[in-house]
Amino acid sequence: MMVAFFAYFALMSMAAAVLTVALRNPVHCGLALLALLLHVSGLFVLLNAEFLWAVQVVVYAGAILVLYLFVLMLLNLKTEERYFHSTALYFVVPTVLGSLYVLALLFKSPYGGAKGDAPTSAVLKEGDTYAIGMKMFSDYLLQFEIVGIFLLGAIIGAIVLAKTPKPLGNDVNR
Amino acid sequence: MVPLSAYVAVSAVLFITGLLGVMIRRNFIIVLMAVEIMLNAANINLVAFSYYLESMAGQLVALFVIAIAAGEAAVGLAIIIVVFRGKISTNVDEMNLLKW
Repeated sequence: MMVAFFAYFALMSMAAAVLTVALRNPVHCGLALLALLLHVSGLFVLLNAEFLWAVQVVVYAGAILVLYLFVLMLLNLKTEERYFHSTALYFVVPTVLGSLYVLALLFKSPYGGAKGDAPTSAVLKEGDTYAIGMKMFSDYLLQFEIVGIFLLGAIIGAIVLAKTPKPLGNDVNR
Repeated sequence: MVPLSAYVAVSAVLFITGLLGVMIRRNFIIVLMAVEIMLNAANINLVAFSYYLESMAGQLVALFVIAIAAGEAAVGLAIIIVVFRGKISTNVDEMNLLKW
């Protein structure tokens, strides 16, 4: 059962990623990105990360993607004739060959490592949200605050950048 | 039981797709979407290792990555709006004002 769900989410997310990169109309690309984000959130559920699933759906699919679609419709882009670079073929062929080699290496790797202190049974006892909260507000408090400051800076930067510049009196050089 | 290498393979394929999108697309907004694909690939990797190595740290870093992606999208789209207002184009090849 797990394998079937994993196969579905993995194949659909890869197909949606390819569509996001390959489709011609930017709005269609945005909708393919939405499919990708939702299927990736399904992979998070399979990995016992329900909190990240919720964050992925709310923040990514709900906020970021709507921002993208909003800007796309605000700008009213015309679909271009040539939407790939003229040098696209020189990138695609070596990248596909190189990624096949990397995939072969990945499947052969053993992936051993020291286990942490949060086995599945301990996470499932109190829930994933509880486990993340306990960890975030004890060991990762500084990073949490830094992300808060970063988001404040991003908000101010976005507002300052996107604001219509005010005409400055007689200063014609502006 | 799905092996860890399957998740890492999915993540690698998504990352390569996003990297390819950044390199070959000419529309700035699609390039930003390809960056989002790469960030999602990194998130899959972090959460998968967090599950298989039984540590909570991976999920926390994935959460921070999502926050960074939100900031990146906001500032990137603001830059797109400014550029579009000035030049009426979102083609990355025509944005060469800072090129020496």
